[in-house]
Amino acid sequence: MKLLEYQAKEVLSSLGIPIPAGRVARTPDEAANACAELGPVAVKAQVPVGGRGKAGGIKLVNSPEEARQAAAQIIGMDIKGFKVPLVYCEAALQIEREVYLGFTVDRDARNNILMLSAKGGMDIEQVAEESPETIARLHPNPWRGPLDFELNQLAFEAGLGDLARPLTSLIKKLYRAIPELDAVTAEINPLVVTKNGEVIAGDAKLETDENAAWRHKDLEVRFGSVLEGDPYEVEAKKRGLTYVSLDGDIGIIGNGAGLCMSTLDLVQRAGGMAANFCDIGGGAKAEVVENALAVILMNPRVKGVLMNVFGGITRGDEVARGLVSARDNLKMKLPLVVRMSGTNEEEGRQILKQNGIEPGASAWEAAQKIVELTKVPAPR
Amino acid sequence: MSILLDSSTRVIVQGITGREGTFHAGQMIEMGTQVVGGTSPGKGGTTHMGVPVFNTVAEAVRATGATASGIFVPPPFAADAIMEAAAGGISLIVCITEGIPIQEMIRVKDYLRGFPAVRLIGANCPGLITPGVAKIGIIPQRITSPGPVGLVSRSGTLTYEVASALTASGMGQSTIVGIGGDPVLGLTFKDVVELFEKDMATTHLVVIGEIGGSDEERAAELLARGSRLKTVAFISGRTAPEGKRMGHAGAIISGNRGTAKSKEEAFQKAGVAVAETTDQIVGLLR
Repeated sequence: MKLLEYQAKEVLSSLGIPIPAGRVARTPDEAANACAELGPVAVKAQVPVGGRGKAGGIKLVNSPEEARQAAAQIIGMDIKGFKVPLVYCEAALQIEREVYLGFTVDRDARNNILMLSAKGGMDIEQVAEESPETIARLHPNPWRGPLDFELNQLAFEAGLGDLARPLTSLIKKLYRAIPELDAVTAEINPLVVTKNGEVIAGDAKLETDENAAWRHKDLEVRFGSVLEGDPYEVEAKKRGLTYVSLDGDIGIIGNGAGLCMSTLDLVQRAGGMAANFCDIGGGAKAEVVENALAVILMNPRVKGVLMNVFGGITRGDEVARGLVSARDNLKMKLPLVVRMSGTNEEEGRQILKQNGIEPGASAWEAAQKIVELTKVPAPR
Repeated sequence: MSILLDSSTRVIVQGITGREGTFHAGQMIEMGTQVVGGTSPGKGGTTHMGVPVFNTVAEAVRATGATASGIFVPPPFAADAIMEAAAGGISLIVCITEGIPIQEMIRVKDYLRGFPAVRLIGANCPGLITPGVAKIGIIPQRITSPGPVGLVSRSGTLTYEVASALTASGMGQSTIVGIGGDPVLGLTFKDVVELFEKDMATTHLVVIGEIGGSDEERAAELLARGSRLKTVAFISGRTAPEGKRMGHAGAIISGNRGTAKSKEEAFQKAGVAVAETTDQIVGLLR
């Protein structure tokens, strides 16, 4: 789960990391009240993507009236596909220096990597490209976490030796998010050193592992429902499907992540664009197929559906019967092309044909067929 | 001949009394795999699927001389099961379980450093099969046939798809290895390619990669240094958008790393034919 800034800061604060005073505001009035209480504040859009500053999602204000206006502008704004649900009004800091601190999973090292840089407040990916030597890195032992001397070294390597003590203590607190919350990425950028020497989190990003969500149900309860999110993805999650919304108009159903991804590729190669990624997993049971079709058909952009199923153990005739009944139950009228293989695939194809569903001989042929069928506007 | 698994490999199934463990142990036995036992804490001393059940891996290894294990336990217990297998004396560990928290896999990988002879396949993988001989995992036997093609893949169903196409066109396989779709894994493409390179019964190789990470690029670098195998590579996910997780936790593009393009270019640079669709693989391999 990707936490919003104010949520991530709540978590950091509970780990003992200092954060600026701030208030969540869902309305312009609430933003005005926050400013009246805190003095000059930054009014910040809460979205789970970077680049909100450039998109106009952060405004510095000095008076409650300015805060009200800023919040009115920002709430409801669209930032990279996310509708801003609320703003976070945070007391402005007297900034002396800005530092970068973060960790993520380093796939190549099969470990977590801690990163520290004196070049804070900038896009770290750009820093990594232009001057990688300015980012000090550490792969802590995953059983015991980073040791004090390792963090001391890290601080000196980053050219931040004068802050070694406060940084060591702060990084140890941040690292607790790994064993305690199954965090996979955290970023404090900037980590602000104020004019009176305090080290405090200016921004915060935190992402936790979906595979470990079962042992952090409290996080989901506290933070899960703020973002509206993509309505199809929300519905798919309810129905237990692995589904990702995309920009095109051809609905895709596949079994297995790799097969499903390669189906998206085939559709694009044939000149079409997929509306989604939907992996129904092994088995291709009638009920699951019907759920997948139902979610895909919610999207008014969808002009046709391509289903690509490899039946390892499942029988083709069963898949075909299930698909026909799912289509009939949903009263689906859009073009539907199905490519399936496995046991009894011939019987399966016969059943599909008899029921007016196009069987594709190969995945590539099926992709071409659905692209062709969806080029003309179809009745719904 | 084959890699990793042959008719003499003695295999146990961890979680043999569970639904998945029961079904797939049956499939493994039916094919001729030497399944010599299973584990299920608290059920030691019983017999299941015709083989003895033990409480612990260490006990199973002592009693049966097993050297390989297939793990079919639920995600909250799977990381521990891998470490138990290593500590118990198993040298080939195949973990089928999907959904292990990544921090647990990171700790497992660190733990396995203490067992340099141990090879882990997966997790979140279909396992491996030496057609006509033996399998550990869930790859259906009937889509495979014995022959000279080595196949290594991150994806389950794409593996099946390509194996069937190879079988249908008369190109049998030496061993098929599904390494799994998670970001932190046991054996990598490079490790498996090295094994195929040393197996004289393997003359051809198919590598099925996907977006995310740089394991495909590492394998390509190895092949570029010279290979006796005629190799075809395929990468799925070339149209996947950045930052979206496509089912596999590993299949995600971040920044300019992990793109299909960088992987395809790496293979082309190594002189490896790159298939644009899975339908092209057989033709390119001939």
